Amino acid sequence: MTVHQISIFVENKSGTLLRVLDLFKDAGIQLIASTISDTVEYGIYRVICSDPSKAYEVLKAAGISASMSEVFAITLDNQPGRAADAVRVLSQAGIGISYLYSFLLGGKGILVFRTDDAERTNEVILRERLASLDDEALVALV
Amino acid sequence: MYLHEELETLTRTEIEALQFERLLRTLRRCMKSPFYQKRFAENHLRPDDIRSLDDLRKIPFTTKQDLRDNYPFGLAAVPMSEVVRLHSSSGTTGTPTVILHTQKDLDEWANAVARCLYMVGLRRGDVFQNSSGYGMFTGGLGFQYGAERLGMLTVPAAAGNTKRQIKFITDFGTTALHAIPSYASRLHEVMEEMGIDPERDTKLRTLIIGAEPHSEEQRRKIERMLGVKAYNSFGMSEMCGPGVAFECQEQNGMHIWEDYYIVEIVDPVTLEPVPEGEVGELVLTTINREAMPLLRYRTRDLTRILPGDCPCGRHHKRLDRMKGRSDDMMILKGVNIFPIQIETVLMQFEELGTEYLITLTNEEANDLMTVEVELKEFSDDYARLQALTREITRQLKDEILLTPVVKLLPKGTLPKQEGKAVRVRDLRKTLI
Repeated sequence: MTVHQISIFVENKSGTLLRVLDLFKDAGIQLIASTISDTVEYGIYRVICSDPSKAYEVLKAAGISASMSEVFAITLDNQPGRAADAVRVLSQAGIGISYLYSFLLGGKGILVFRTDDAERTNEVILRERLASLDDEALVALV
Repeated sequence: MYLHEELETLTRTEIEALQFERLLRTLRRCMKSPFYQKRFAENHLRPDDIRSLDDLRKIPFTTKQDLRDNYPFGLAAVPMSEVVRLHSSSGTTGTPTVILHTQKDLDEWANAVARCLYMVGLRRGDVFQNSSGYGMFTGGLGFQYGAERLGMLTVPAAAGNTKRQIKFITDFGTTALHAIPSYASRLHEVMEEMGIDPERDTKLRTLIIGAEPHSEEQRRKIERMLGVKAYNSFGMSEMCGPGVAFECQEQNGMHIWEDYYIVEIVDPVTLEPVPEGEVGELVLTTINREAMPLLRYRTRDLTRILPGDCPCGRHHKRLDRMKGRSDDMMILKGVNIFPIQIETVLMQFEELGTEYLITLTNEEANDLMTVEVELKEFSDDYARLQALTREITRQLKDEILLTPVVKLLPKGTLPKQEGKAVRVRDLRKTLI
């Protein structure tokens, strides 16, 4: 199971971010989590929101470069060390994490991540009985 | 004072008489070149129709495109067995151009360069270091042969490796250096780091600068920094290379050798001659070349003829500093680059859109090119974006021989182009 994430290619210019957020506001889309990775060359704004398909359409209509992709989201008990446990099983399976961000939602810890091998990640999630979420389950926690 | 006194001090009347005589000889030679045979036939023109210097204007212009279209040997006016040297343009995009030389052409080229160097006070006994690129770049061999012709000890140091250049300067007692203007300040910077005072620790007294546009202020600054006299040089590979026009010790305009070239300045749009002293495109006719004469060649360089006489006693016309180009050629670190070369590379990448912008800047006198290009589709894959950036950079470097900074941009970020697209922003400051 995976959730949909919107990635927006933003120029390193103030104003671009506000434009994106205003578009979401006007469309009644709520942010659940978001992160900006900023390098010298390009900035990528990644968003988990209440309605990814609508968010993607809104951005596209506004001529903003964005893509929609699937990422893993797993819930963890709200206790220290649970993230380490989850990452350890992936690491032991030889799976590389491309990027990861985490937040607390509805009393649960949430890890959102992409790996270099989606198929094997799925296998590990099933085998280790990690609680992974889809879009609906995630929104239900809000 | 003059290396070729008789030729250098010709009066205007004598220059024009010599030009007409050499023009007629050149026209006869052109009739052996397949290109000019055809060009004359198409225009119902015969060499006999040229009865005065003014009649030159009956002859159509020759352009760089003509050189491309007739690549490689279509303009040869002698049997190829008489050709001993070939120089080719560096661009790998599209068809390059070729310039051919007989042994006499090379001799005359060396003579012209020697004449220039003598004019600025260089003599046998001087040590001349050439930091120009060698190979196909004519600033290398052109100055080498000219400096040797004059009898100077000539050091083919070639471009780059600043510390080694400085070691040569101090070890060999270099008295004259040929360098692009932006390199002169780099040289000074490294000398300072090495604790070398150019005036105290070197014998450097003369600098030849060219191949790159620079202002009078920039020249004065170079002179102060290095404790030298700096002379402006003008050349282009289509006219052999260096030695076309050169400043005399007055440092006020570059004498163009009219025993080698007929000079016209035309309006780049109407192609009619501009009034005396006004800026226009420089058009040159070679009248002292065997292998590949060029008639009314459009150089695309914008300049003007300086009015009045020069106190040095030479009546050969003086060209003002180049004011720019009538096409979109850029000059970066002495390398000629056309935006189309960049565009051709970019358009080979499926991932890229059609919008791009080239920005030129100079940080501490080092020219830098930034190429911004829009991505067609965006996918959130950082590794792929990086790999793509690296590959574009590598291919651009192969094409233009300089490493640009490549920036991928979201679609729609570059200003929308209306009418004639602006692809190049030159933000370089003229002052070092």
